[in-house]
Amino acid sequence: MADKLRNQQELERLQAKYVGTGHPDTTSWEWKTNIHRDTYSSIVGHPPLLSYMALAQNEPVAKFRVQMIRKMLQPVGPPPPREEDIIMSNTQNGS
Amino acid sequence: MSDAEFEQIRKLQAERNAAAAAKKGSRTFDPSTQRADTTKAKLTEAWDTDIYDRETEDKYAGYHRTLPAANGDEDEDMLDADNTRRLVGQYTATRAQIDEFAHGAGVEEDDRLAGRGERSTRIVDRETDYQKRRFNRTLEPTRADPFANSQGGAQEGATYREIMERRELEREEERVRQAIAQKMKEGQTEEHKPLLKDSTEAEKDKETEKEKDENDKNKSETSADSATTGRKRKSRWDVSSTDTTDQTAAPAEPKKKSRWDQAPAVPVPGAEQPKKKSRWDQAPAATPIGNVGLATPMHPSQGAAFDLSARNRYLTDEELDAMLPGPEEGYKIVEPPPGYVPVRPAHKLVTAPPVATGFTMQDPSSSRLSQPMPKEIPGVGDLAFFKPEDMAYFGKLADGANEDELSVEELKERKIMRLLLKVKNGTPPMRKTALRQLTDNARNFGAGPLFNQILPLLMEKSLEDQERHLLVKVIDRILYKLDDMVRPYVHKILVVIEPLLIDQDYYARMEGREIISNLAKAAGLATMISVMRPDIDHVDEYVRNTTARAFAVVASALGIPALLPFLRAVCRSKKSWQARHTGVKIVQQIPILMGCAVLPHLKQLVECIAPNLNDEQVKVRTVTALAIAALAEASNPYGIESFDEILNPLWTGARKQRGKGLAAFLKAVGYIIPLMDEDYANYYTRDEKVVLKVISQCAQTDGVTAGYLKEHVLDGFFKNFWVRRMALDKRNYRQVVETTVDIGQKVGVSEILERIVGNLKDESEAYRKMTVETVEKLVASLGAADIGERLEERLIDGILHAFQEQTVEDIVMLNGFGSVVNALGTRCKPYLPQIVSTILWRLNNKSPTVRQQAADLVSRIAMVMKQCGEDALMGKLGVVLYEYLGEEYPEVLGSILGALRSIVTVVGINQMQPPIKDLLPRLTPILRNRHEKVQENTIDLVGRIADRGPESVNAREWMRICFELLDMLKAHKKGIRRAANNTFGFIAKAIGPQDVLATLLNNLRVQERQSRVNTAVAIGIVAETCAPFTVLPALMNEYRVPELNVQNGVLKSLSFLFEYIGEMAKDYVYAVTPLLEDALIDRDQVHRQTAASVVKHIALGVVGLGCEDAMIHLLNLLYPNLFETSPHVIDRIIEAIEAIRMAVGPGLVLNYVWAGLFHPARKVRTPYWRLYNDAYVQCADAMVPYYPNLEEDKIDRTELAIVL
Repeated sequence: MADKLRNQQELERLQAKYVGTGHPDTTSWEWKTNIHRDTYSSIVGHPPLLSYMALAQNEPVAKFRVQMIRKMLQPVGPPPPREEDIIMSNTQNGS
Repeated sequence: MSDAEFEQIRKLQAERNAAAAAKKGSRTFDPSTQRADTTKAKLTEAWDTDIYDRETEDKYAGYHRTLPAANGDEDEDMLDADNTRRLVGQYTATRAQIDEFAHGAGVEEDDRLAGRGERSTRIVDRETDYQKRRFNRTLEPTRADPFANSQGGAQEGATYREIMERRELEREEERVRQAIAQKMKEGQTEEHKPLLKDSTEAEKDKETEKEKDENDKNKSETSADSATTGRKRKSRWDVSSTDTTDQTAAPAEPKKKSRWDQAPAVPVPGAEQPKKKSRWDQAPAATPIGNVGLATPMHPSQGAAFDLSARNRYLTDEELDAMLPGPEEGYKIVEPPPGYVPVRPAHKLVTAPPVATGFTMQDPSSSRLSQPMPKEIPGVGDLAFFKPEDMAYFGKLADGANEDELSVEELKERKIMRLLLKVKNGTPPMRKTALRQLTDNARNFGAGPLFNQILPLLMEKSLEDQERHLLVKVIDRILYKLDDMVRPYVHKILVVIEPLLIDQDYYARMEGREIISNLAKAAGLATMISVMRPDIDHVDEYVRNTTARAFAVVASALGIPALLPFLRAVCRSKKSWQARHTGVKIVQQIPILMGCAVLPHLKQLVECIAPNLNDEQVKVRTVTALAIAALAEASNPYGIESFDEILNPLWTGARKQRGKGLAAFLKAVGYIIPLMDEDYANYYTRDEKVVLKVISQCAQTDGVTAGYLKEHVLDGFFKNFWVRRMALDKRNYRQVVETTVDIGQKVGVSEILERIVGNLKDESEAYRKMTVETVEKLVASLGAADIGERLEERLIDGILHAFQEQTVEDIVMLNGFGSVVNALGTRCKPYLPQIVSTILWRLNNKSPTVRQQAADLVSRIAMVMKQCGEDALMGKLGVVLYEYLGEEYPEVLGSILGALRSIVTVVGINQMQPPIKDLLPRLTPILRNRHEKVQENTIDLVGRIADRGPESVNAREWMRICFELLDMLKAHKKGIRRAANNTFGFIAKAIGPQDVLATLLNNLRVQERQSRVNTAVAIGIVAETCAPFTVLPALMNEYRVPELNVQNGVLKSLSFLFEYIGEMAKDYVYAVTPLLEDALIDRDQVHRQTAASVVKHIALGVVGLGCEDAMIHLLNLLYPNLFETSPHVIDRIIEAIEAIRMAVGPGLVLNYVWAGLFHPARKVRTPYWRLYNDAYVQCADAMVPYYPNLEEDKIDRTELAIVL
């Protein structure tokens, strides 16, 4: 009982500290959003990688960086209103 | 030191050893057998109980274990305080003796082990005698509520006037009782005095008169007269003029009786003393027996009636039926004749309970007395526990009465009872709902029914912390709800809550404060004052003390200004000094409670108590000074202007005081001075009558310079305080030492030492000790750099003298000597021969403590001796110490071993005298000694030898030591176990691992867990020191033994082994993999768990070393264990998987994780998410390339595919 409670609290603390962590009720949409955001922030956070990609895209580094940051806003579309709508909304927004 | 002298010492030593060995039953080392315990006496126990305590005994006996409850103000027992001036010191019993008497015949006798178990949670068990005085208080009748809107029934109950009158009576009774007790003590010898004496004579000689009126039974007239002529009485009885002369005679009456036909009355709480009862049935008594005029009936369990011992209880009808022949045998039970009334005199029930003495067998089968414990209380459900004491309170619930027949009131009572029981004894969820119900319905239940049940529960003797906490919580909650309905019960609540204010437990104190402050807010200031006013000059100091504290809480709750007029009045009370005392005490408690929040009202508070500085009562003056000290302390560094008014009385007053009063005044002065600005401070310090505490605090103040101290203070200080008398009193002693050290910080070491070094040769031992302690503290903190040559000589000379002359070996001397020698360093060289000679003589002393101290001194100065290049002297010391390894007292032996160790450390193995090859064999049997100090020192010494010079001893000896070390692996002290483990490593290195390993592997088969664990650790260490390939084959071979313990042991050793060897593991991974395969698919959980921890340590060792294939293989075996539920197992499994993730990278391991993150079954998702989260926390960035391909959702992260 107490153990469960403690686990719960630990998980909550973890979640507060690391947004990307999940729990058994994490939806697929949340998870995918986090994946994308992590990817973009990783690219932005590693300057060599960023300049490499900017070069490949033939874009200025700063511009590419802003692009990456902008993409973090709802990277996989808006949150699904209902379970079955996820796929629909993804297809509308998907790029 | 001459050789002749050395030889002489050795000769004496040899004689002593021989004599000791010859003694029958001696446990002295016998060189022929290498066994010390020829008679197999227990090694862990000291024979000599005069010097050494048995281990089982409480080593803190005789010490105070509790903080004094009355902080600073030590007038705990005013009534019998000794105000006489004695010319001779008073000799009192030790604390232990007093405690023994205090507990000997009390209630605690019932279960002597009650407080000693694991950790007693009962509150009474940790209370001081002073705190136990709370049981003397009783719940008094409900008070009338004069502030009520005259509509409810709150008007009934005792009024303020009644209470005040009762207090007056109590005071008088107490005084009379004391007088009687006094006479009981003194009067015995005067029994033979003439019984008849005429009354005029009696008027003249009051003391004899009192004597007489006891003896003289016939002349009640005279006795009544004489009672009224008593000195104190006159003034008191003038005041309460309502009492008639009838009543004045009354207190004198019982005296006659008590003398002749009764044992000295021991006041039994709850039981009324018969002498009082005879006359006083109309007036409420000081300790009322339950039910007499109480709105809250005293609980039966608190009465004496329940204390009827088992043997004397009446037989019940059932029992009689069982014992006597019945109708079947032709007998019949005769009806009692009409009009028969059984004679059961009521007073029998209230006689003092028979004290349970003598030995009685507990008979488990005799259940006739104890009511059977109910399995379940109807309507309550499963409780967490149910104590026998609870039966007295909650028994009603189990009586099976038909609820339909009960009245509404009774139903309500039962409902409350049930809820309280749930709160007190229930499980947490049960408690929660019950608490909520109680709170929500509080106003419906009404204050009376609630408090009538809660408060007696809180007075229960067997109450535990948790229960008290919960009940207090209940009170807290219902206070909010009841609000002004609580007024009639304020006093009762205070009676049970006030003791919390002086509890040792911080949280209990906090709880108490919270309740009282809530109570104050609910009941209002007027009620609080009218309820607590009568207690302010209560006879019992305990009541006054707690009331003062409660008042301080009220002040903090309702604001100081609200309470100030009342405080002013109380502090100026002309009627009784107790009231003034309590009033000042309230003022003292307020700053302690509120801290700097008193600042706005500082001036008023100081003004309020200022006149009391010149009170005629010493105690009032003392407490006033303490109150000022508290105010000054709380307001530091502000507020000096508020104290202006009292500065003069304080300074002039300080000169007139003595004893405790003086101490209090000085404390106040000491706290006020830091508030002053610097010049001002100097002015006041210049006062010629400077005093310790003040000096100490002034010396720390910035404004006082070293020059000033030297010029004005030092001479006077040393003249007045460095006198022998100071050393005799423990407190003065400490204070003087502290102050001197403080001054020393300013003026330098030599200035002080110059003055006190002569005292080292003083004839008073306590004075020498005080000097040594001061020297030690000064030298330790400031060094010896500014000590001149001459002074240095005098210092060493003095300290040697003091050391030699001590009659009781004291750690102070040892520390002092050690610090001085270490501070002087190489400057000691000229004195070393003399010091060593002293040590040698003392090592040969008859008294063990002297020997121990000498050996301890060797360990302290060994370093300095080395620095001085006195190797020869150390050799001599070594030889003598070596001879003493036969020492029989373990404490001394431990010190000798410690001394040897420090010598070995500084001179090195090769230069050691005696040579190691002689020394070590002597140590082997000592390893078997079970005394911790001996063990620790031996193992340290042996380990050092094994580390630095293993070649000096042959392998066989080392093996023998190995066997002895095995036992040490299960020592209680961690340091010993660790030293033993390290020593294993050293020995294995010295003689090769084979033999050592064989010993260790055998040890894996023993049953004892601790021992197996330690063996496993030792194997790990051996593997580390001797390379794993020497150990692994044998270890893996051992795994083939079909015995779980052994296999687990092997796995455990492997786990430690791989932890220790780290990267070296890469060469052995493939070798152990088959073994791990087997272990990971074992049926036994623990087996898999241990195997997982092996995997973890291997994996962490081989990160980046190219063993990925093996790791993946192990991961495959580990992974199915993911669904284990036992916390230990699952933790180890997860750790192992994480370690493998470290070794092979997150990409591969995460491939296992994706599968279950969105599994339909939550049971599957949960551990998978745990793995994912752990991976995310540890290497989120590294996971980026490995996230699953989201192409089919058309949301793939295309950026990752960019290639230049």
